[in-house]
Amino acid sequence: MKRRDFLKGCLIGGAAASIGMPAKSWAVGSFEGYPDAMGVLVDTTRCIGCRSCEAACNKEQKLPEPNVPFDDTSVFEEKRRTSEKAYTVVNRYEATDGQKPPFRKMQCNHCNEPACLTSCFVNAYTKTKEGAVIYNSKVCVGCRTCMVACPFNIPAYSYSSAFGPVIKKCVLCYETRLKFGKPPACVEICPQEALTFGLRKDLIKLGHERIRETPERYVDHIYGEKELGGTSWLYLSRVPSEQIGLDETVGNEPIISNVKEFLGMVPMVLTIWPALFTGIHLLATRNKDHGDDHHNHSGQEDGKK
Amino acid sequence: MQANGFWLTGATAFLLLTTVPGISHGITVPDSVTLNSQSKLYKPFDFNHAKHIQLTKECSDCHHHTTGTLVQDPNCIRCHRNSSETKTVSCKGCHLPDPFSAAAIKGKDPKSYHNDIPGLKAAMHISCINCHERMTGPTGCQDCHQRSPEGDAFYNSGEFAPKGKAAKGGHGGH
Repeated sequence: MKRRDFLKGCLIGGAAASIGMPAKSWAVGSFEGYPDAMGVLVDTTRCIGCRSCEAACNKEQKLPEPNVPFDDTSVFEEKRRTSEKAYTVVNRYEATDGQKPPFRKMQCNHCNEPACLTSCFVNAYTKTKEGAVIYNSKVCVGCRTCMVACPFNIPAYSYSSAFGPVIKKCVLCYETRLKFGKPPACVEICPQEALTFGLRKDLIKLGHERIRETPERYVDHIYGEKELGGTSWLYLSRVPSEQIGLDETVGNEPIISNVKEFLGMVPMVLTIWPALFTGIHLLATRNKDHGDDHHNHSGQEDGKK
Repeated sequence: MQANGFWLTGATAFLLLTTVPGISHGITVPDSVTLNSQSKLYKPFDFNHAKHIQLTKECSDCHHHTTGTLVQDPNCIRCHRNSSETKTVSCKGCHLPDPFSAAAIKGKDPKSYHNDIPGLKAAMHISCINCHERMTGPTGCQDCHQRSPEGDAFYNSGEFAPKGKAAKGGHGGH
């Protein structure tokens, strides 16, 4: 009797799992980004490494005083990365063809499907309809999972804060500028318009047009158009992307694709399965309980006799 | 110098390049133009237009096809091979001081060929720096415009330089 119940349970459980399959397919729909999302096209062929964007970011976001002045070019001797004190940094790369060394600005790329947002278990991150990936530092518990998840190594951590360390990163000047239709501070200060602000979909067209008109000036690729499901920041370059520190191995699938199928199963496992299996258990054991009761009852009767 | 004074009083734009009428119109070309008149970070300065006319071969080196001289850029020649001079010749006549304002982005005509026009600030910096690199002219920020005290504070430089922190070696700046 017990073995038959077990087999029956397995059979119904298997059926339930297969019912769960369609749930997987609706969870796997891909997100192409908000239609009115803004973005920034970085034309690295125009950047002269003046670091004005770094200064503008520092003042706009009220960040602490830098270690060296913003017109000090000695910082280019090493490759810097974003920190709690600098949400954007410009790095200089080697020119392999004897031309001027290229510079590239680095900051949060504001992915269409951000890995930081996916990984955050307290939902501190939000992708706004304007395209910015912002975060609520009041909710952040400082677990640093997003730092591990980010394929661009962008989120920094306020290690200097002893009591309330939180994540720090570029927010596309959302609260102070983007929300009001203004470009980020770095874009506005750039003397060369190496940074072009506009609707992301327009910037992609504009980037391809620049490549088409002056093919000798660019590699025929816009980094960020497709990478990791698309990013709000897009890059044009004279040299291949990896020569200016842009990772070509990230692929075009957003990070969430790696975990989406699994995550799509979680609500089903947590909500449907307990109810289903409780029902199965009740069904499977109803006759048995009844039989036991009957048995006990008869036993009692026997005792009375 | 009288002409110079006139241009100064007309300064309203963030960066000012006053209307330069075509030579064919019989109106004089300015010898000097005050630029950067509205910037907070850098002081205004006089751009020596006369000297640059002597140094360049054609007006089109800076002014595209708008002065009626032959353009060199193959992308421009496709349409502007036989274009005559235009009414608008000044930089600020086409290049916006705020190219990324909500109004400017909305006002873009998707059907227009010219939908990638840099703003006024970028138009000048790109044009000036590219040419200065070719002709080995000055390319440092303060070679053209001196920074204001507000600018020093903005760049944490000069008297506002970080104190007590050792610079990471090497002399930077322009």
